[in-house]
Amino acid sequence: MAMSFEYKVTGGDFTRAGYASSQVKKMLKQLGVDNTVIKRVVVCLYEAEVNIVAHAWDGVISVDLNTDSIFLKLTDNGPGIANIEQAMQKGYSTASPEVREMGFGAGMGLPNISANADRFVINSEPGKGTTLEITINLNSNAV
Amino acid sequence: MKVEEICSVLNGELVCSSDRNSHEVTYAFASDLMSDVLTINCNNLLLITGLANLQTIRTAEMSDINCILFVRNKSVTPEMKNLAEELGMTLITCPSTMFRASGELYRAGMKPLF
Repeated sequence: MAMSFEYKVTGGDFTRAGYASSQVKKMLKQLGVDNTVIKRVVVCLYEAEVNIVAHAWDGVISVDLNTDSIFLKLTDNGPGIANIEQAMQKGYSTASPEVREMGFGAGMGLPNISANADRFVINSEPGKGTTLEITINLNSNAV
Repeated sequence: MKVEEICSVLNGELVCSSDRNSHEVTYAFASDLMSDVLTINCNNLLLITGLANLQTIRTAEMSDINCILFVRNKSVTPEMKNLAEELGMTLITCPSTMFRASGELYRAGMKPLF
């Protein structure tokens, strides 16, 4: 079993935020993936998708489903993150008031992704964008 | 606790329900912060919130939450209702504050997560 999917995300479009995560969730359910794994995948993906909508101009989500793991890669064109260590701290956020009104921007997204992922790598270039690489094993329980 | 009992305790209005009043929840969690909701790992959960927008519905979807109670007379938009119906969720609105709604439900037997 090896499948790949790709979704485009538009910055600022909160009416569509979560659409890709929703599609991935439906697909994983159809494939009979364990519910605990699905939840960890979609929590990671949704937090990351909302981050693109909240902070970037646009982005691409790619999902690779393998026999033993699910690999998510989210690449955005945006302002990037100047200090990743700071961004990973619970409670730190640069989100706008609009994002906070949506119930996000409390500095919990990246730590939440980290808690749910088996492997989480974040790279960023200020002024250009950010890339998240998230791996979730199909037979593990990180949380 | 059944959905109809939640409505009865809080003078709430059932906005939509895929399975009408037979839906039952055991635990409740109250928050306006969606990232907080995404940290919860529990089935059979009622989300009590004053945040009424599409992302509330999306967050519930990702968290496997099938029942949302909107407090403080928050309006459910047609887009929210459509998405909730598509996902088979139950939505309830009530006039109480989050504090009062939580207190009344706790007194009626709803369990806290921790």
